[in-house]
Amino acid sequence: MTGTEHAPAPGAFPSAAAEEARREPPPRERPRARVLVRQTLLLTGLTSALVVMALVSASVGAYDIPLPDLLASVAHRLGAGGEPLDRVGESVLWDVRLPRVVLALLVGASLGCAGTLMQGVFGNPLAEPAVIGISPGAAVGAVAAIAFGLDFLGNWTLTVFAFLAGLGTVLIVYTLSRSGGRTEVVTLILTGIAVNAFAMALIGLFIFFADNAQVTQITFWQLGSLAQATWPTVLAVLPCAALGLLLAPAYARRLDLLALGERPARHLGVDVERLRLVLVLLVALLTAAAVAVAGVIGFVGLVVPHLLRMVAGPGHRFLIPAAALGGALVLLSADLFARTAAQPAELPLGVLTALLGSPFFFWLLRRTRNRQGGWA
Amino acid sequence: MSWRRLLGERQVEVPVPPAAGQTAAAARGVSLALGGRTVLDGVDVAVTAGEVLALVGPNGAGKSTLLSVLAADEQPDGGEVLIAGRWAAEWTAPELALRRAVLPQAATLSFPFTVADVVRMGRAPWAGTRAEDEDDAAVAEAMAATEVTRFADRPFSALSGGERARVALARVLAQRAPLLLLDEPTAALDLRHQELVLRVCTEQAAAGRAVVVVLHDLGLAAAYADRAAVLHEGRVAASGQPGEVFTEDLLSRVYQHPVEVLPHPVTGTRLVLPRRVG
Repeated sequence: MTGTEHAPAPGAFPSAAAEEARREPPPRERPRARVLVRQTLLLTGLTSALVVMALVSASVGAYDIPLPDLLASVAHRLGAGGEPLDRVGESVLWDVRLPRVVLALLVGASLGCAGTLMQGVFGNPLAEPAVIGISPGAAVGAVAAIAFGLDFLGNWTLTVFAFLAGLGTVLIVYTLSRSGGRTEVVTLILTGIAVNAFAMALIGLFIFFADNAQVTQITFWQLGSLAQATWPTVLAVLPCAALGLLLAPAYARRLDLLALGERPARHLGVDVERLRLVLVLLVALLTAAAVAVAGVIGFVGLVVPHLLRMVAGPGHRFLIPAAALGGALVLLSADLFARTAAQPAELPLGVLTALLGSPFFFWLLRRTRNRQGGWA
Repeated sequence: MSWRRLLGERQVEVPVPPAAGQTAAAARGVSLALGGRTVLDGVDVAVTAGEVLALVGPNGAGKSTLLSVLAADEQPDGGEVLIAGRWAAEWTAPELALRRAVLPQAATLSFPFTVADVVRMGRAPWAGTRAEDEDDAAVAEAMAATEVTRFADRPFSALSGGERARVALARVLAQRAPLLLLDEPTAALDLRHQELVLRVCTEQAAAGRAVVVVLHDLGLAAAYADRAAVLHEGRVAASGQPGEVFTEDLLSRVYQHPVEVLPHPVTGTRLVLPRRVG
């Protein structure tokens, strides 16, 4: 006996749902196309805004360089006509402004990308390198390098130390905050608090042992700033940042699947263990790149992916490049503001992003709580 | 580890679906202890292409664990598991994804993907193969079969529990794997959609797939399953056609509650009812 005999034939009982389905044919193609259009527009918009911001940033400052002169100088260096600026202008543009612009781009892109990856790995929109203690962890490595006057790897010393300490911290946070294949908001935030406290204690200890010059260096660096930008510092972080940014998009599709949970992702052919390992490495690389030159700059990796997700959906194939562009744009703008708002003094960049980012984080926490009906 | 392997690139070999009557998955003498408790104790089950096998039994009998063993999620402590003719442990995750699809008990999603996006995730295993051309058709067919086409552009998080369960099933169907392992697909559903889901199961079996489904409703199992395995304390208490297996004696003993089994007055299908006092 097969059960299908007395099962109602489809269509025999036109249900309310079927009726409704017949009345309003599903608008299949339009919204999908609309999302694609919106994503393309956003990517184009972000890229153009970035180019404009980079030019403005290079031109504005204590020593103003008019845009036409700036373009002429760039053309001259590229061997495409144009003419150089005067000696001071040329030096300001090529030795001070441009490395700073490039560094802001690299650091911002790294932070935006690291935030996105981290949120994908934890399956939690509140995960961010600074909030959950990865950046402070990386900072411990960098401070240790400064305090003990280590430079056996030359320019790379700070970056390497930041990377190793950052990697250790990601692994610790990851193991501590996960249980049963899930990361609860509360556990993640509390783990972040604990890791932050420990990192701050270590940094305090290193400061205690450091001499005066080192203390000044550490303090400036700790507040988060791009003021030390030179071509060698750009070179010191370029490999980490570039490797991370170039590899990240390759994992976009698998990050989408990870949103279903670990087992379902595995059922769809994702080697979850390896994916997590690689992504944690990438997060550590990107965070180390940012922290080594700019100190702890929080909230960029939180705010940028979140806003993009709200506007254009959570698909990582869009989100990863867009968050890198968005992070670069935010950091470039913030840095321009930081160095021009209170001239000739310079606001610390990390303080500025925290001032803007913390209220957003607060709003996000409240929203998450209201959505989930609690902290679970 | 080569560069391509690190990036997870893979050369996918599309499997030949098993012929009707061929064993799609089998557990032989499988034992498994979780947290010190014996959950499975010498279980033998096999499912062949073209049939619906229902796993029934009281809470904690080991149904879901058996399903995850058949899905190669859990490694048994003893015994052996075969999927598509090979030891379960020998397959890689991408290879398994072409051979079996799994519906978990609870469907969760970390980010607000739309329903269409979620169902399309079921096509991920076929990326880079010729079957990729079927993506749109498979997604549309799976959404129509589970009646979720209407929600296509809504975020998954905005759906009710029953709607989510059907979207999760649509994702599993879109995968078009020859072996379907469904853990309580009817748990959150109303009467109409319970019937719909089991009708989908029989259709999938008729199309040559092997379907293993964990059910609590013995009436549904009796009406739709080709075979049923009654699990009790980690062992198979009985297995065979539901009409033969679902007896008052066996069910009363297994469920520790008196059970009546009556033939339907018109169709003769077995109706399983708990005996109620008064």
